[in-house]
Formats: sequence, structure tokens, C-alpha cells
Amino acid sequence: MNQPADALFQYLLRLGDDSLILGQRLTEWCGHAPTIEVDLSLSNLALDLIGQATLLLDYAGEVEDKGRDADRLAFHRDAEQFTNCLLVEQPNGDFAQTMARQFFFSCYSELMFAELETSADPRLAEIAAKAVKEVRYHADLAADWVIRLGDGTDESRRRMIEGLDWFWRFVDEMFAMDAAENALVQRGVAVDRAAIREAFDQRIAATLAQAGLEVQASGWPLSGGREGRHGEELSRLLAEMQVLPRAHPEAVW
Amino acid sequence: MSKDWPLWEVFVRTRGGLDHRHAGSVHAPDAELALRHARDTYTRRMEGVSLWVVKSSDIIASDPAQAGELFAPAETKIYRHPTFYDLPDAVKHM
Repeated sequence: MNQPADALFQYLLRLGDDSLILGQRLTEWCGHAPTIEVDLSLSNLALDLIGQATLLLDYAGEVEDKGRDADRLAFHRDAEQFTNCLLVEQPNGDFAQTMARQFFFSCYSELMFAELETSADPRLAEIAAKAVKEVRYHADLAADWVIRLGDGTDESRRRMIEGLDWFWRFVDEMFAMDAAENALVQRGVAVDRAAIREAFDQRIAATLAQAGLEVQASGWPLSGGREGRHGEELSRLLAEMQVLPRAHPEAVW
Repeated sequence: MSKDWPLWEVFVRTRGGLDHRHAGSVHAPDAELALRHARDTYTRRMEGVSLWVVKSSDIIASDPAQAGELFAPAETKIYRHPTFYDLPDAVKHM
């Protein structure tokens, strides 16, 4: 594979894996959410994300040109071959923790896809145009819950603070650039993550101010997801997600 | 939790120009969240372009026990249907 194609493949894999893993995490709520309405709303987020992952990973497979499609990439790679950021693989915890994760990710994702709408890669721009409407709703919904819980009862506030506390350490990784992505930015294909950080920080600060919560520094930021270094929680998630296609590789609906 | 939340009736407009029609109900603590829940529950298969929600307790309903005096008298008054007029040929779509 030539160098630019490999860089684009890796980039699409990162975007696709983020959506896929978070979508799979959210499906764990199905049947367990506090109310039937919230259950449906979390399932809707999950389906949007898995839909995005399908488009991104199918395209990644075409760019790679080795005959792999989205299913092949989703179900027949091991944890160290996944390049999602660490934030999305974190366990759901309670509802507040799930919403803290969603809030950080969706705010980031909305800014990413909004920029990617004008990508020099027309296929990626098309996927971004569809995805940005979805994640805009996700970001609104998550921000709404952050405010409700943060500005709610003593218990909801305590849980919201604990949820956010856990995720600050994973925020910096979403905005980290490397040489390959910088090269894609030069060609107008990818987003300069560092350039959207300020807008992200402003969005987070505005919502937390409404919730009566404080912005924290990342402290000890964790990274490694983009290079395939994940926590053991991802392996458990993949075991559940991949068990059927691994056991019956040729199974069809 | 859900049982502590009031019930809201959901009305969905399926296309521009059509009326909002009753689709069902959702539980939610306030109007804003009722709209979100209505969106996630009743428009997830492209059923709608507009949503109304109204607190179920704000709806004034007729009493089923009075159905006789309220509705039965209309049964015998077919002349209230405008079907006894000769329409000019130019009027095609009445």
C-alpha cells in the first residue's frame, strides 16, 4: 500500500473504531436503562454510532484494498489492532458516568465531523455531513443530562461529578496529532485536532457552568489507544461483540 | 423513576401540510425532556417532521358514560353530510 493510502486507512480506522466501540458500549444499556424512554434514547445513540462506524470502516476497507469490509474489520481484529481512543472503551458505570463519557465524546465528535464536511476527500465529507447531524443531537442530549444531574439532587450531583472526574484523564488523547495525521491535514483531508480544542473547551466550560460544576485539568492524561494499547476492558467488550462471527465466520442473517 | 414522572401525550406531524396526529405517550419530568423522549420513541423511523407534547393531565376528556347523549343523536341526521347537492362539472375535487 502506498503511503498516502495507508495514512488515510489508519485515519478512517481511528474514526470508525471510536464510533464502533462507543456504540457497542451503549448497547450494553439496552434493557437496563432507568426508564423505557431513556432505554430507547441510548439505543438510538448506539445505532447512530454503529451506522457511522459501518460507513467509515467500509470506506477504510476499500482504501486498504485487501478485500476487508466493515464487518471484517469490526469482527476479525484483536484488541491491539483497534485504534479507538481510550475514552470510548471505558465501562458504562452508572448513568451519570455514561453521560459524562457521551458529553465529552459527542462535543469532540461534533467539532470533528463539522470540519470534515469540507474535507478534500469527497467520500469522507459525505459521511461527515450525515454524521454531524446525529452527533449534534447526541451532544445536546448529553449536555442536557449533565446539566440536569449536575444541577439536580445531592446524589445526582455527586454522581455527575464522579463521572466527569473519571473521564478528564482521557480528554487530551482525543486531540493528539501524529505525523501521519499532520500529513493528511496538509492535503486538506483530515482535521487538525489541536485547532478544534479551544472550541471544545469553551463548549465544555459553558455546559459545566450551567450545571454548577467545575472544569478540571486533565491531571495525568492517558493515551495509547491510537497505537493499539488498550485496557483489558476493551478485550471483554470485543469478546462479547465478536463471539458469534468468530464462532460462525460464514453466518448470514 | 419513570412512575414518578408525569405522562405526556405525543402528537406527530408526518409530512408538511398534514395535521399533527396522536401517536402515543411518554413519561418525562418536564416539557423539554418530553420532546426528546417523543423524538426518540416516535420518530426514529422517519415518521415525523414536527412534534407536539402536552401533559396528559391538561387534556379535558369527555365522559364515556355520557356517550349516549353526546354522540348517539348525530346518528340519524344524514342530512348533515353535504352529499345532496348537484355539483357543477367544473368542480372536480370536492
